[in-house]
Amino acid sequence: MTPREQRIFGFAVFAAFAVIVLVLPQFISDFRARDYAYVGIYLIALLGLNILTGYTGQISLGHGAFMAIGGYTTAILMAGNEQFGGPIPSGMQDIWTLPIAGLVAGLFGLAFGLPALRLSGLYLALATFAIAVAMPSTVKRFEEHTGGGQGIQLFGLPELTGSNAVAPADPNAPATFEVLGLTFTQNDWMYYLAWSIALAAFAGAWLILRGRTGRAFRAVRDSETAAVSSGVSLARYKTLAFGISAAYAGVAGGLFAIASAFVNPDTFPIALSIFLLVGIVVGGLGGLSGLVVGAIFVAFLPLWAQGQDLGSVLPDSVIQGDTVSIPILGDFLFKGTSAPGGPAIVYGIVLILLMFVLPNGVGGLFRRVGQAITNRRYSRSK
Amino acid sequence: MKTLLELDGVAARYGPVQALTDVSLVVREGEVVAVLGANGAGKTTTLRAISGTVSRTGAIDLDGKSLKGGPEAIAKAGVAHVPEGRGTFVDLTVTENLKLGAYTRRDRSVKADLERIAEYFPWMTERGGQRAGTLSGGEQQMLALGRALMSRPRLLLLDEPSLGLAPMVVREFFRIVRQLNEDEGLTVLVVEQDARIALRASQRAYVLEVGHVALTGTSSELEGDESIRRSYLGY
Amino acid sequence: MLAAAFTDFMQQVVSGLASGGIYALLALALVIIHRSTGVINFAQGEMATLSAYIAWALIAHHSWGYWPAFAATLVISFVGGIGIHTAVIRPVERGSVLRIVIVTIGLLVAINGFVVWQWSGEPQQLQSPFGTDVYDVGGVVVAAHDIGTITVALGIVLLLGALFRFTKVGLALRAAAVNPEEARLVGVRVSWMLGLGWGLAALLGAVAGMLTAPTVGLDPNMMAAVLIYAFAAAILGGIDSPIGAVVGGLLIGVLLNMLSFLSQYGMFDWFTEELRLPMALLIILAVLLVRPHGILGRPEVKRV
Repeated sequence: MTPREQRIFGFAVFAAFAVIVLVLPQFISDFRARDYAYVGIYLIALLGLNILTGYTGQISLGHGAFMAIGGYTTAILMAGNEQFGGPIPSGMQDIWTLPIAGLVAGLFGLAFGLPALRLSGLYLALATFAIAVAMPSTVKRFEEHTGGGQGIQLFGLPELTGSNAVAPADPNAPATFEVLGLTFTQNDWMYYLAWSIALAAFAGAWLILRGRTGRAFRAVRDSETAAVSSGVSLARYKTLAFGISAAYAGVAGGLFAIASAFVNPDTFPIALSIFLLVGIVVGGLGGLSGLVVGAIFVAFLPLWAQGQDLGSVLPDSVIQGDTVSIPILGDFLFKGTSAPGGPAIVYGIVLILLMFVLPNGVGGLFRRVGQAITNRRYSRSK
Repeated sequence: MKTLLELDGVAARYGPVQALTDVSLVVREGEVVAVLGANGAGKTTTLRAISGTVSRTGAIDLDGKSLKGGPEAIAKAGVAHVPEGRGTFVDLTVTENLKLGAYTRRDRSVKADLERIAEYFPWMTERGGQRAGTLSGGEQQMLALGRALMSRPRLLLLDEPSLGLAPMVVREFFRIVRQLNEDEGLTVLVVEQDARIALRASQRAYVLEVGHVALTGTSSELEGDESIRRSYLGY
Repeated sequence: MLAAAFTDFMQQVVSGLASGGIYALLALALVIIHRSTGVINFAQGEMATLSAYIAWALIAHHSWGYWPAFAATLVISFVGGIGIHTAVIRPVERGSVLRIVIVTIGLLVAINGFVVWQWSGEPQQLQSPFGTDVYDVGGVVVAAHDIGTITVALGIVLLLGALFRFTKVGLALRAAAVNPEEARLVGVRVSWMLGLGWGLAALLGAVAGMLTAPTVGLDPNMMAAVLIYAFAAAILGGIDSPIGAVVGGLLIGVLLNMLSFLSQYGMFDWFTEELRLPMALLIILAVLLVRPHGILGRPEVKRV
């Protein structure tokens, strides 16, 4: 394909995807719509992380912390923190807090991007991991602003769009409310809100990455030395990537807080940061389209893992009835994976296996298939 | 003299790049044999094929037995490879480097060997506790040689020992190699860019050209033939 | 007043050294793995937790004595570490940094899940082999467990140091770590050595886990914070320096306790216990920025 054809193809795929996003709620249950809203939220965070890790080559294991910053910004602006003794009054409508959530997280990102300049590879992964681990206790320390371990309740606040929803006559139907003359259930509203922002974020990422800035990012990733010698300022672009990426995470975090109607330190656990990194790796670093798959993976793998039965994987000789015999250690009670911890085992093993079989993620697989098709076309037209 | 090493139709590639197409050569026991040729002729790859650090096709026999397995097994079979660019463990001390040379050996005479090495390189005892990374380039090359000797090799492979060293150091290095060859009957296969010095130190030589043996002869023949010197050896 | 302050001070130093000893062990495990395989093992803490649970299960469910269980746990952990290297790490060892990071993270998630799955998330009590005795040394209260911890930590470190310094296998381990290509040329089986490194790291982690559990309670997440302190210790000492890891561990332990001590006496009064982890993060960042090779590491020469 020529670059022009590629661009047209890209637009077509994007448009088709937008249409699918638009009509999907018609085909899924109201309850599912909320799950897919989370897919949209994760997609926003992944788009941001991808700019940092996929395009600039800086690993962040702490993006959950930037989401936390966004989430707390949103929650504090909505509910205020006067109730804990802080200075901020309540009263901002939820969607208007999102740009501010992005901005605040972006500023934190820029600030962290400066020291991160000197870190590379594993060290950056380690430092960002430490951020994510240290985040909950930091939140607890500044209780008068954040509500400490109790968190901030948003449910039922007038600032939460849809909190005035009225129950319809049919007791089994979900409550609805109107925004700009359109009727939404709460789950559908969340879905459309998350996905409109996600699609805008997608377009934004595409605009940033296709031009000069994107080229500079890629240059930094592929060879810092070469980038510097062609006049790309490492400091500027690495910090910028951190800032943009954190801003994306902040918006996603704000949406996350709205969707959960609650934030506390456990809303953004270290696992979230891990999931995000896994999401972009699964999505295939450096490509945008694979990220949708990554976001689905992040949202649904934990749920899927919950449904797996470890018992069917282990050989019969090991399991007799409901006990597992391990030499020397003796017998253990065998539990299904629905037991606590089971899903995590499946999740962890799937992660490891994925890294074995798909080192370039699903996006890499897409690209390989795409290349094969292009090559065939090319050789035929010859 | 008995044949120690025999390569027959050896080929090797790095991914899509064919480095060796067809190399056959023989090293007899007690010989110093040089492998010469231009950059990219496959000299280093030939050594790497012998020591098992690159996978190859074709037959390589040491003392009539096929050389198989990874570099560890081949080292154990008695082939000591001193790679290009010194090949010392820079974070370890001089003595530790030497001891590692004897890693494959199970006998108890390692101490005696340390003393034997000290006769050739007296400074290695005095500076045994010094980190190898702090040695000069020439000293590191000598240490790499000393380490290789510690394994009591049946065959010593030297890859571009002159690289980056001062001419005086290079002469000293080859003097020691010759001395080892004469005193102890050490068999050496040396790859060199600097054909002049390699021909002086060796009895026979092979000239490689893009992955195969272009010509072979005794070192004095090759050195004496001006047309060969001009067209293949560049001096 | 001053005497009381001094007693408090010594108190904090002693307990700082005890927790520092544990950080040192785990940091040492991280350093061994990083030196040999170039991997930062995010699962190191969970591996230690699993080991502690195995010891506990042997004692509580299978009525083993403490020391036999201790020894068996060391053996199981050692073998398990080698197994993890062979099964999980080796396939991706030559892959990108990101791939390796994700694999160790996957390991972290899976092991943590396994512990919860097998033994539930309920906190358990693993006894201290040193008993619950407490000594009064000039007003400073010293727990037998703390003395035991420091002794065991130092003893293990010395043993390991001797292994690395004076044995043939130790020499081969170091050679394989600094220059694997060369090591193969002298006949060292590098992949075995890397596996051995993972085994030793798992063993160190096991000791750290078994010493941590009696004080903080055996809990699936008990090593999460310890791992961050160990990271800080390893970075502070120099990620490739075993001695640095030990010094770094002790320093971090004492340093954090010093902050608690000073905040009690009005200095650094912003410091609360919740800030221990964030402080470790700050130490990591500060060291990486100011002196990336740590206090005892050698600067890495970046080749361009």
